[in-house]
Amino acid sequence: MRTLSVGRQSLLAAASRMCHEERPMIAQSQTSAQPAHATSHPPALEIHDMTVAYHRKPVLWDIDLTIPEGNLVGVVGPNGAGKTTLIKAVLGLVPLASGKVEIYGRPYEDQRKIIGYVPQRESVDWDFPVTVRDVVLMGTYGRLGWFRRPGHGEREVANRCLTQVGMRDFANRQIRQLSGGQQQRVFLARALAQDARVYFMDEPFSGVDAATEAAILELLQELRSARRTVFVVHHDLQTVRGYFDYVILLNMRLVASGPTETTFTPANLHKTYGGRLTILDEAAEAVRQRQPIR
Amino acid sequence: MFIIIAQLDWLEPFASPVAQRIILVGALTNIACALVGCYLVLRRMSLMGDAIAHAVLPGLVLAFIFSGSLNIAPLFLGAAAVGLLTTFLTQTLHQYGRVPTDASMGVVFTSLFALGVVLLKTYVSKIHFDVDCVFEGLLYQAGFDTFEFAGYELPRQLRTVVPVVIINLAVIFVLWKELKVSAFDPALATSMGISATLMHYLLMMLVAVTTVASFEVVGSILVIAMLIVPPATAQLLTNRLAPMIAVACVFAILSAILGYWLASEQVWNVDPSGAMVVAAGGMYALAVLFAPQYGILSTLIRNLQTALRILREDLLLMLYRLEEIDATKRMRPEEAVAAVGGGSLARWALAMLRHRGRIEIRDGRLHMTDDGRWRAARLVRGHRLWETYLVKNLGLQPDHVHAPADRVEHFIHQPLREELQKELEDTHRDPHGRDIPDLNS
Repeated sequence: MRTLSVGRQSLLAAASRMCHEERPMIAQSQTSAQPAHATSHPPALEIHDMTVAYHRKPVLWDIDLTIPEGNLVGVVGPNGAGKTTLIKAVLGLVPLASGKVEIYGRPYEDQRKIIGYVPQRESVDWDFPVTVRDVVLMGTYGRLGWFRRPGHGEREVANRCLTQVGMRDFANRQIRQLSGGQQQRVFLARALAQDARVYFMDEPFSGVDAATEAAILELLQELRSARRTVFVVHHDLQTVRGYFDYVILLNMRLVASGPTETTFTPANLHKTYGGRLTILDEAAEAVRQRQPIR
Repeated sequence: MFIIIAQLDWLEPFASPVAQRIILVGALTNIACALVGCYLVLRRMSLMGDAIAHAVLPGLVLAFIFSGSLNIAPLFLGAAAVGLLTTFLTQTLHQYGRVPTDASMGVVFTSLFALGVVLLKTYVSKIHFDVDCVFEGLLYQAGFDTFEFAGYELPRQLRTVVPVVIINLAVIFVLWKELKVSAFDPALATSMGISATLMHYLLMMLVAVTTVASFEVVGSILVIAMLIVPPATAQLLTNRLAPMIAVACVFAILSAILGYWLASEQVWNVDPSGAMVVAAGGMYALAVLFAPQYGILSTLIRNLQTALRILREDLLLMLYRLEEIDATKRMRPEEAVAAVGGGSLARWALAMLRHRGRIEIRDGRLHMTDDGRWRAARLVRGHRLWETYLVKNLGLQPDHVHAPADRVEHFIHQPLREELQKELEDTHRDPHGRDIPDLNS
């Protein structure tokens, strides 16, 4: 895997360039009969038989998942379904009771540098004495490794990522002066600065206005077109179909996962949200409206 | 130089070498505490310093029992070990005992402290255990108990305090970004391979070592105070981490100087370490009141300024609308003041308008100047554009839009006005059929 020289060109340009350069490698590894997109290299995320427990009480049971690269993946389920836990378990933030997680065929510890993480906005203290640029710079810390300080190149990257999310003018602001949507954009800029191949975002759309939501979605789509895989914990069932190529329906167990078109069905939603009829009807209605009658 | 200083009466307490030694030791101890204290305050774990300050006692006693001496190295080791143990027990109890962190902290540090007292009473009967000494330390000793170094006579306590300051500075310098990211966003840090847990233990070890080094010098109260108060003061005055730490150190030094002065015979004639806490607390209180951005006073002033601006604008708007209805009618000043709610603020706002040349009084009536009229037109324009926008783009009823516009009008500035204008191309009348004033005419 080539290291990106992120200091010199736009991240996404670099990303797509990397994809171009990778294609021959992929082509070598596959037989000519296969279509171009069905690559033989490992999936972006593969989970085998994963169980996660808090205080010996399992919160996620027997999860098996395989997600191919280059997808926007919605992680959907009721409160307490284990969506955040799923992400934290994949990132090694909570221990696995059993099972294994692989990112591009290798354990998480080996792949840290190609992974980006956007925690829930409420999980950090927005009174912390740092500026917007300081926060974005933190995205470069993983690549820098221990002891090395971010330098001029990293600051350039941070500025560019801020420009991408439309927050360049706020670079020197103290973070407590930001609105919810601005905070979310800063987190996204930080994720871009991580320059990852697989992103895990915990509710990036929560507490943002419609304009910001559209801007964030556009960024996620750009990431996808650069063959990034983005996992998004998502709450608004109305928009799942419009936003994601792939869904993971979760309620302590894996209810279903697969392409949105075939997986995000009223029946599967029923299983996921079982019993909670109001949400369920709402969801079923949403699905029905967008789906052609068969 | 000291002769000159001694001639100034109030500087007299600082003139003697004894005084300077005490201040030097006090300041360095305070700095050692403030350095790690910044991270405790930012992680909202201020009381962890208190907990560790108590919990290290059994470590110290055990270190003494095993080494048989009061050498500083075994004591540091014992303190660091118990610091780690406290952290570990607190975490474990929180995780497996299903109690909140503060409760598990309380359980752990009181138990360990009690254990320390028992050990002390049982095995170390020879040692004189003085409660006053624990609270206030032996700072006054700094003045007399000295050693020679490069021709200077320096307080012996520097031998324990200086290494700790250096260790703390070195760790913060070398692990700057690691400490920062794991304090701000531990989950991200851990996901990137910078273990927040590891940094937490490291910090707690530093706190333990700092606490022990400072304990003997300044006593437990000053340790706990200096871990928290200067960083909290600095947080009120700064927006970034490096300045916060620097400012915290400045306050640490100021506390030592001011505290010593307060403690001197000329002022209170008390123990210096207690007075240093009072000084630190006093400066914190001043910061709470007067901090330029987050202080109570500046908030009050900002609110007052906003209130006055809104009153001035309301007055201008009222005069403009009156002129619109009847170009010959003019209000009397007291009518105008009463119409915007009356009171001294309203009178003040009116006086400001006159002073700034927006209105003038002729024949006992209020007249807008050209400048005042233009400013009023700008406000009215913002108000009416907003009303139009609410009706056209959000579909509100015309009779529902005046109140919201009345509030928003004071905050519509040039860019927003332009945006509204673009959105509402060629609209010249508001939903109530009144003209939207054109600023160019």
